[in-house]
Amino acid sequence: MRGPWQGGEPKAGSCFGHANEREDVGLASVAEFDSVGLRYGTGAEVLSDLDFRLTQGGFYFLTGASGAGKTSLLKLLYLAQRPTRGRVRLFGEEMSEATRDALPHFRRRIGVVFQDFRLIRHLSAFDNVALPLRIRGASEAEVDGPVREMLAWVGLADRASARPATLSGGEQQRVAIARAVINRPDLLVADEPTGNVDAELANRLMHLFTALNRLGTTVIIATHDIGLISATPGAQLVRLENGTMVDPTGLLRNPPRPGGSAQ
Amino acid sequence: MMDWLFASSAERRLLGGRGLRGATPWLIGIMSFTMVVVAAAGLALANTASLVAAGTASRYSVQVPDGAGIDRVAAAVRATPGASSVESVPAADMRKTLERWLGPAGTSADLPVPGLVTFDAPPSADLAALRVRVAAASSGAQLVAHRDSLGPVLRSLRLLQWLSLALVLLLGAAAAAAVVLASRGALDTHRFTIEVMHGVGATDVQVTRLFQRRIALDALTGSIGGAILAAGVLLAIAAGASFAGEITGGATLTVADLIMLGLLPFGLTAVATWVARATVLATLRQAV
Repeated sequence: MRGPWQGGEPKAGSCFGHANEREDVGLASVAEFDSVGLRYGTGAEVLSDLDFRLTQGGFYFLTGASGAGKTSLLKLLYLAQRPTRGRVRLFGEEMSEATRDALPHFRRRIGVVFQDFRLIRHLSAFDNVALPLRIRGASEAEVDGPVREMLAWVGLADRASARPATLSGGEQQRVAIARAVINRPDLLVADEPTGNVDAELANRLMHLFTALNRLGTTVIIATHDIGLISATPGAQLVRLENGTMVDPTGLLRNPPRPGGSAQ
Repeated sequence: MMDWLFASSAERRLLGGRGLRGATPWLIGIMSFTMVVVAAAGLALANTASLVAAGTASRYSVQVPDGAGIDRVAAAVRATPGASSVESVPAADMRKTLERWLGPAGTSADLPVPGLVTFDAPPSADLAALRVRVAAASSGAQLVAHRDSLGPVLRSLRLLQWLSLALVLLLGAAAAAAVVLASRGALDTHRFTIEVMHGVGATDVQVTRLFQRRIALDALTGSIGGAILAAGVLLAIAAGASFAGEITGGATLTVADLIMLGLLPFGLTAVATWVARATVLATLRQAV
């Protein structure tokens, strides 16, 4: 079960080596929230007065009780929701009032891992992982190598043609992670990525996330798993309580300057 | 410009499924069949109306009750400047014509048959003077312009022609409505796939292309199938239409008509594709 992805970084020249289409050099903040509130329909606010910044290359854990607003906050980060008030800036650009046509460009810089994997069931593992590359316009020749390498990296080289229904929960999670990172995102958002996997696999996934983080990807993971948090030294903790952020140190509002990040 | 129609196998796999999908091709096929038949009928009516109008524009006849003095009437007509093709229709021909419409009763001696003199006259002909001369030649003789007597028939033909055009447009609108429903249904069926595609950065146009292509192919399949069936039915009708041909003067579809009918399924496909694209884009834009 131990694949080449475990705890290691991809080799040079792999799909992680893509330097194309990236504009992130020199960005201090990947995400900035300014007095952000979110409500669904006419209900009460599920997120209130969020003020924080995620610095480039940071590693964050988002914690909080069920219903605290973690998933809603992540939705704002991966642009599945717009705030009902306040301002959200991603990669230095104002997102709150961005046109719908502008959003795909930013979504391509964000990798998302869902707790329920969200794999397209009628596509093979290969096609699921290839989807972001194809959406970006890569040719089949450009897709094949990186996808096979990525599947190998997550230990699923021999399951490329398998449909999600024939994969175990852990295998589906790894396919989902491969899909999230195939574009080498600037920001990786993961919602309870270890919620459906055993402890050993959770550990392997964390190796993958830290490897990505070392390559410059800002990572934010929503989790209840204290063990996971404690096993990741240098990560910052973001805690939500009833839709508001608990930031006793003030580090999230005023993070250290680049070069002195949490890592 | 049409590159969206040629998807890679990977793009085709995104929506899954194969073959005729759901009711859309069948609905479009029925619409296409009906549209082609109705349009063909409308064009044939238009041609018939044109033939009848052209044939009667300068044609006149003088009806002579009981045929008394028909030779004098014919002479008066021949003496009219501009009159041509003057012909005194033999009583036997009159009865033969009546027999077509009335059956054997048309040949009955009990049926009074008027004498008839037909002729052509240009618009410059002095018909008022002719009317006076004809009346002098045979009291009760009546000059009739064919265009006047066939006026109601021509108006009915024109009305039917416009009615068939309206029906074709209505069928097109019904096909468009079916495509709107099919597009929304397809979006609903593939909501999850669309969410995932949007999540990884797909634009609305990229998503739309998938559905636009599929519906275009469905519409093309259905409309061509319907049109082929309609062509078969029209050929069968044409083969047995000698009687109708005799009545209408042999009006048929011209080459231009056939080209127009041949383009109809492609027009329907184009409309369906455009409607699908507009529906999908509009529906997607209602999302976040």
